[in-house]
Amino acid sequence: MESRSTPNQFLRLGITLVILAVIGGGLIALLNGITGQACLNNLSSCLTNNGWNPGIAGFVPILLGVLGVATFPLLVTILLIWVERKFAARIQDRIGPNRVGPFGLIQPLADVLKLLTKEDITPTGADKPIYNLAPPFMVASVLLIWAVVPFTPYHYGVDLEIGAIYFVAVASIATLAVIMGGWASNNKYALLGAFRTVALLVSYEIPLAMALLVPVLLAGSMSMVGIVEAQGAMWFMFMAPIATLLFFISSQAEVGRAPFDLIEAESELIAGFNIEYSGMKFAMFFAGEFMHVFTNGVLMAILFTGGWWGPFAYEAPLLGFFYLMIKSSFWYFISLWVRNSLPRFRVDQVMNLNWKILVPISILNLIMMALMLRIALGFEQSAGIVVTDFFSALPRTGFLLIGNVVVLVVVWLWLGRQGRQQRQLEEMNRFSVTATGD
Amino acid sequence: MNIAQALDPVVTLKTYFPDVIQEVIEFRDEVTIVIDSEQIVRVMQFLRDTTGLIYNFLSDISAVDYYPDYGHRPGRFAVAYHLYSLLYNRRLRIKAYVQEESPSLPTIIQIWPAANWLEREIMDMMGIIFEGHPDPRRLLMPDDWNGHPHRRDYPLGYETIQFSFNVEEIMKHKVKGQK
Amino acid sequence: MANMAMTTAAQNEWQGDLSELKGLVSERALTGETMMLNMGPHHPSTHGVLRLLLELDGEEIVSCIPDVGYLHTGIEKNIEAKTYEKGVTLTDRMDYLAPMSNNMVFCMAIEKLTDLDVPERAQVIRTICLELTRLNSHLVWLGTHAIDMGAMSVFLYCFREREMILDMFEMLSGQRMMGSYIRPGGVWRDLPQEFLPALETFLNYFPAKIDDYERLLTNNPVWIDRTQGIGVIEPDVALAYGITGPSLRASGVNWDIRKTSPYLTYGHYSFDVPLGEHGDVYDRYIVRVREMRESVSIIRQALKHLTQASGGFRSNNRKFVPPPRSELGQSMEAVIHHFKLWTEGFSAPDAEVYMAIESPRGEIGCYLHGTGGNKPRRVHFKTPSLIHISALSMITKNHFIADVVAIIGSVDIVLGDCDR
Repeated sequence: MESRSTPNQFLRLGITLVILAVIGGGLIALLNGITGQACLNNLSSCLTNNGWNPGIAGFVPILLGVLGVATFPLLVTILLIWVERKFAARIQDRIGPNRVGPFGLIQPLADVLKLLTKEDITPTGADKPIYNLAPPFMVASVLLIWAVVPFTPYHYGVDLEIGAIYFVAVASIATLAVIMGGWASNNKYALLGAFRTVALLVSYEIPLAMALLVPVLLAGSMSMVGIVEAQGAMWFMFMAPIATLLFFISSQAEVGRAPFDLIEAESELIAGFNIEYSGMKFAMFFAGEFMHVFTNGVLMAILFTGGWWGPFAYEAPLLGFFYLMIKSSFWYFISLWVRNSLPRFRVDQVMNLNWKILVPISILNLIMMALMLRIALGFEQSAGIVVTDFFSALPRTGFLLIGNVVVLVVVWLWLGRQGRQQRQLEEMNRFSVTATGD
Repeated sequence: MNIAQALDPVVTLKTYFPDVIQEVIEFRDEVTIVIDSEQIVRVMQFLRDTTGLIYNFLSDISAVDYYPDYGHRPGRFAVAYHLYSLLYNRRLRIKAYVQEESPSLPTIIQIWPAANWLEREIMDMMGIIFEGHPDPRRLLMPDDWNGHPHRRDYPLGYETIQFSFNVEEIMKHKVKGQK
Repeated sequence: MANMAMTTAAQNEWQGDLSELKGLVSERALTGETMMLNMGPHHPSTHGVLRLLLELDGEEIVSCIPDVGYLHTGIEKNIEAKTYEKGVTLTDRMDYLAPMSNNMVFCMAIEKLTDLDVPERAQVIRTICLELTRLNSHLVWLGTHAIDMGAMSVFLYCFREREMILDMFEMLSGQRMMGSYIRPGGVWRDLPQEFLPALETFLNYFPAKIDDYERLLTNNPVWIDRTQGIGVIEPDVALAYGITGPSLRASGVNWDIRKTSPYLTYGHYSFDVPLGEHGDVYDRYIVRVREMRESVSIIRQALKHLTQASGGFRSNNRKFVPPPRSELGQSMEAVIHHFKLWTEGFSAPDAEVYMAIESPRGEIGCYLHGTGGNKPRRVHFKTPSLIHISALSMITKNHFIADVVAIIGSVDIVLGDCDR
């Protein structure tokens, strides 16, 4: 036994070192990213002054920035896994991870190490290229979203004019990854999981995109940076609560988190589309999902709760980053809370919810918001109000809020009536069945 | 609701099926009626549907093997049907003896679907065949199992626990067994 | 059957023969139009090692063939080779979520066969144990049922409360699950001192926790959507298929053996038998949750009864029940009885009895046939799980996969109980 364990220990040590190096590199890159574009510009000019080729010197800071933006969510994920497990444990009256490191903080790292050293299994009959491509696609789809995330007033990967469309496009790569994994695994459970995913994700894209258009309308810009900038006076959450709710619900479905976790419903399909994956490939799916949930929190923060906006965000950019993380964590915790208290929908019920309730409401909401915004703008023009601060934004907010509340109440009443009717119908059916049974 | 007067199952059966009843045993307030195994379906149908009896619930079917000396009994095996009447809240045991040479009985699955797996279990464990059973596969044992474990002549096998002092002895026997 | 739904490693082509499934699945499966899915025996929500062969049209079940026997341990055969008292330990292992019920039905069968009287106090203690077992089993059922439907927290809440019950069982017998506490003629030993305070604490604590579970589930729209109208069993069908216990009562059939033929001291206590109306998953859930409340009330009444109950914790009939250790040093007769009982055991007549009691899952019956000697000729347990699984193919027809999981959870099966 002694002789056998030695190379294994070397392997583990090597892997640990590699991971530490990656983390260290990531941290350096991150620091570079945070200290600002100005510094990056300085770096390139500094390099040019030292005799570097200007092309290469311009490329170095971009490379560092990309590394930073791509590494940050991966690093956050490691912490998030711990947070999620601790939070779920507290809800469920448990302690949660507490063995590895202080408060079990190192537990996710230990898990990563374990997954790295696990055997990588490819099932017989799997479609190998597709099977191997699926996990990177999953992670990439999430990482790509971060490219347009404005961390602070000055720091973002890229300010795309069509940021919102880019987000919708890139996020659906995850769907592709899921069906690739599910199809290529040569497993019936994986296939069923993939079927469900496609049905679910494709349909929830509609309310998601519709809800996404509302902040675009309000900001008058498709760029994420522009949307955040436009929330200086008032968060869009107060102007468009329905859109906020719709976006939250459909982004939950998009990630496949409870109560929409029927993609991987462990009690029905065991693990769904990723049933055949093991080791690091599974870890990539796993990390992709966790990252996606947090990314959704970030998007909620950016689109509806003012992104980096907060006191002194302009003066101290790091503070803006801090605000963004706080707001994202808020949405993330709500998602955890929902996940740990609700049962799971059935596949047809999820479809019902989407096509019969969410899609009509989202379309109605978009039309209503467009009309009301038009009216509000007209009013502001005639009254000579220029929206610059909190108080000047109040009339518009109040107007839109009232509209939203009215729609909400109408929808609530309508749904309640529908529900009651359906329940009566069901009761009647059930009684008639019993009667004929006798 | 008018509940009909409860009838004594033994008397009623004797009236309507005079030649079916072989024996009536009363032990600790439990009534056992031993009947001719050929007539089991008719008797069960009668017990379930006759006003005053209404044994509408099949609790259990068990089989007994009287193996070494069953000389004084009419057959080696016996199958005991435990019926229950929800209406009159009483139980009844119907028993039929089965011969060793042709261990078979008619199935009662058309009367109670509950008999399905109970009969399959007996088929599996005792080797008593229920004629007309729609799904006569083994229930608990693997499909390729030899013998019927609940028969009294089926040995209760065991495996010697392996320690360091007897491992060679065990392995020797195992290899032998495999040959 | 054995090689159904498996792909051979070498050729990635299914090598089995579909003709052996003829008559069990629809014609469409034989042409490959519908998909055969093998669910279990290693599946998180088949509650043990149940294997279901599902024929799927999309996600809809066309036919469902349950396959059991993966947990068959030959308990009945083993009991035939043991004396009566030794057999009790084996019965624990059948329905491992309600071991006391199994002990109880086996001991009651022995007591009936040998005409052994049990003192009142022992009966009250047994009643308390049985109701605790019912709570224990229902808690596991509720937890696993909820986690099958995706409500993970309820699962952990239920296991938290179950832990208290298991602690009490450990006080009684030194074992958390397989206590073999109930023996022929009474119970193994008197209630330990710490048991009653622990039980009192539990009874004060537990009803509020049932409210908690109900708050999470009973009026939850997702839960209602998932359970109402799913897996309907009509009352006459339920009776024909032999379904018993809470599953039968959810269909509206009022049959609880504790009420209709009261055993132990159930006749002394007033309790309700909760009934459902529709026989669907939701009603089975409601019936069981209400049963938990009734169990608490029964235990409270039994505790009151315990103070007035006469007799010891087991029978004084030395031909069947070993004398207490304190007598062994003083009485030659006690030594002889002790020796005889622990070597040869007691004898029972060559006759047969059938006892049935209400286990948490339904009617558990024990058919016991003596030989006139010290070992039984035949023991057969009629177990509710076996019957309920056999009815699964009827209940799950035309439901979704997700509903199958809900139905399996709602009829509450234990594979140890089914396979024995």
